[in-house]
Amino acid sequence: MDELRNRAKELLESNTVQLIIGFEQGNGNKTRAVFIEKPENTSKLIFDSRCVQNLAVYLTKNEVKRKGKPAIVAPVPVLRSIIQLAAENQLTYASLVILGITPESKLVEFSTLEDIETYLDNFTLELEAKEKEILEKIDKMSPEERWKFWINELSPCFKCYACRAACPLCYCTRCTVDDNQPQWIPVPSHELGNLEWHIMRAMHLAGRCTDCGACADACPIAIPLNLLTKKMREDMKGQFGEVKASLKGGNMMSTFKPDDKENFIL
Amino acid sequence: MSEFEPKIVAFVCNWCTYAGADLTGTSRIKYATNVRIVRFPCTGRIDYMLLLKAFGEGADGIIVSGCHPNDCHYTSGNFHARRRWMVFRGLMDFLGVDIRRIQFSWVSAAEGARWADIVNKTVTTVRELGPYNDYKKVANYLQNEVTHG
Repeated sequence: MDELRNRAKELLESNTVQLIIGFEQGNGNKTRAVFIEKPENTSKLIFDSRCVQNLAVYLTKNEVKRKGKPAIVAPVPVLRSIIQLAAENQLTYASLVILGITPESKLVEFSTLEDIETYLDNFTLELEAKEKEILEKIDKMSPEERWKFWINELSPCFKCYACRAACPLCYCTRCTVDDNQPQWIPVPSHELGNLEWHIMRAMHLAGRCTDCGACADACPIAIPLNLLTKKMREDMKGQFGEVKASLKGGNMMSTFKPDDKENFIL
Repeated sequence: MSEFEPKIVAFVCNWCTYAGADLTGTSRIKYATNVRIVRFPCTGRIDYMLLLKAFGEGADGIIVSGCHPNDCHYTSGNFHARRRWMVFRGLMDFLGVDIRRIQFSWVSAAEGARWADIVNKTVTTVRELGPYNDYKKVANYLQNEVTHG
């Protein structure tokens, strides 16, 4: 942790960056995001297993961009998001300093984005046994049961859009749900609007989601909404090959192969 | 009560399927009248949200159709659309939406008879499935149970 603080201090003192995005101690046993602009404040920085928020979400915010060049504390999920954002031309290597954190909480820095990509190859995205079990359970249900299950799961959603706010890849400055001419998604907390919102969110993240889980963590009523994106990733893996953030490959949904296999089109 | 007549909405591309459906008409081929055709510039333009809206507005079945692969007027619109449908279809199935009610197809401008065939088949399938009450129940929030909190 001293390693991280010293490096952050050095970066601010040398004016390499104007802002450090990291974690500090929050209320109770919680941690929260902190934005440090003065070198003497870098002692606030912490990093441990409680720091699960995906900080990459701040990289595309204008309020943050205005502060100058940032350095970001980046464990593996954040690195994945950074690669995906770079692939979508939202950032470049020169636009930020990445303070990578290994799973052993060691500081690691990279000289190019390609290096990060190579580093990430050590950590493949696999479903945990528990997630696999839930997905299989849902798959085994009849369509009617699945419909009931999801309508029931989604019914407490009141569309606070915390899932959208927490997601580093939901960076559109104007979202479909913010428009009301036409009103694509009905506003009331009702099954139809809830269903449409969650379908839309999942579809917009198809092939882009890096499975950091920030959306499900942010949900105040704990809807397992990342099950949708997980399921889609598994589906796409079977149909188009591995889904992962890649600088050159392009997104799954913005590319195609003329010989994509399909079995449902007459 | 008379027999249930399904409402089918067809989202078709301007260059192939719409022209194909036109050919069906000019060839004097008779087919089911349950279908309402919506014309799009390309299958790549057919947003999945529009399919949801069709169900929300009371459609019992949906046909989505465009140019055969390699025949797209814009070269690759249908390839992109195909990927999207594959993903969308998987998601719909996972959510329990009845995907037997969504029929995807390729119909070229020369396949008037094929268009009639696809519409007839879809109408028969949906007629057997009956009205899509599950979705209608969810969509009727203004009529039934508005929750004001």
